[in-house]
Amino acid sequence: MKKDLISITDFSKEEYLRIMELAADFEQNPNQNLLKGKVVASLFFEPSTRTRLSFETAISRLGGRIVGFADPGSSSATKGETLHDTIKMVSNYADVIVMRHPLEGAARYAAEVSDIPVINAGDGANQHPTQTLLDLYSIQKTQGTLDNINLFMVGDLKYGRTVHSLLQAMSEFENPIFNFIAPPVLQMPRAYKHHLDDKGIRYFEHEEFTDIISEADIIYMTRVQKERFSDPIEYEKVKNIYILNNAMLENTKPNVRILHPLPRVNEIATDVDANPKAYYFEQALNGVYTREAIIAHLLNLK
Amino acid sequence: MEMKDNMKKKLKLKVSAIKDGTVIDHIPAKSLFKVISILGLDQIENQITFGTNLDSAKLGGKAIIKVTGKFFEDNEINKIALIAPHAKLNIIRDYEVVEKKIVETPEKIRGIVKCFNPKCITNNETITTCFKVISDEPIALKCRYCEKITTEDQIRMV
Repeated sequence: MKKDLISITDFSKEEYLRIMELAADFEQNPNQNLLKGKVVASLFFEPSTRTRLSFETAISRLGGRIVGFADPGSSSATKGETLHDTIKMVSNYADVIVMRHPLEGAARYAAEVSDIPVINAGDGANQHPTQTLLDLYSIQKTQGTLDNINLFMVGDLKYGRTVHSLLQAMSEFENPIFNFIAPPVLQMPRAYKHHLDDKGIRYFEHEEFTDIISEADIIYMTRVQKERFSDPIEYEKVKNIYILNNAMLENTKPNVRILHPLPRVNEIATDVDANPKAYYFEQALNGVYTREAIIAHLLNLK
Repeated sequence: MEMKDNMKKKLKLKVSAIKDGTVIDHIPAKSLFKVISILGLDQIENQITFGTNLDSAKLGGKAIIKVTGKFFEDNEINKIALIAPHAKLNIIRDYEVVEKKIVETPEKIRGIVKCFNPKCITNNETITTCFKVISDEPIALKCRYCEKITTEDQIRMV
């Protein structure tokens, strides 16, 4: 039976660990000709340069060939072709599909239509599982483990799909502690807190972004977007609170690392970049190894 | 008292008795036609009688359907759980009630309900919806596709 990666919860803890192991292997030796003679369809129904380049780099390092489109303007979707028909056709051509789509659930549907594996590279505000796996890999690599991690999530915890998926994935590991730092209107949704309650996992909620980060092993920053506020005054009040600068890192643990899914706007001051605790650019590079690992795992190449 | 009993009998008889078949009682009056449509009763040849806006202390206006010669499978009848959760079935053979059934909310709902999320692929392309029932009182349905939860007040039929 073919394997897909649509939602982070499709993978078990064992599979997360398998991906970590494979990603470490690809980091040691990124160029492996495992996809030689194989065709990967890269279907971006919505532009996402960062994710697309990461995937296409991963595919190229695996020796695979890429067909597809980078934005919907150059796809048959603009002529009114249904997603069903596009996927049906492409699944006859290629060996695996990587797809990004603006509508939620599009990837799950594509996986049902397709005979070949589908990798979800983001479906609207729903899921972006390869991001979560590269986040896990970055945590494992910098902390040496995924157990006993004190994870601080900062910024927009309400709409940010990356923090939701990371929460779900990290809750599979031993004894995590979550600290949520967000303005009242952007707090972690109740459903995710219930999930933690059900699993007996500790979490704390804060509005202030202060020296409490001295406890952190990982600080996961996200952007507070103006569009999320119905009241512009509310936005003005909080817009400068959830910004991390270098001085704030003074009393943090030596092992702490700053992660961010990127692109960053102003939520991490540029003076943090030179601090060895900043890890977001390495995190992005880890995405290439993690995506090589995901492709190799789904296609049973390793 | 006697008067009332007589009235009740008369009321009952407004929808005539059947010899063999199924009586579906305690349907909220507003859901009658949806129930008919979900069960495909508008597509079959059987004799069907129904009454609606009948007095009911519990539902404040109930409907009843009697279908001659039709016996529903559980998975068929459970489809109406979303809109008539308190419906009761009487299985009639030779004018006698031989079995009573209640409707049970199924674990999965295919078709029938729309996902409330306008950005869900099922609302943008011709796809049969599919939900996992994560709570039945009140109803909460998790979309197989967009993973969002449609709650009771958001439920719209396909």
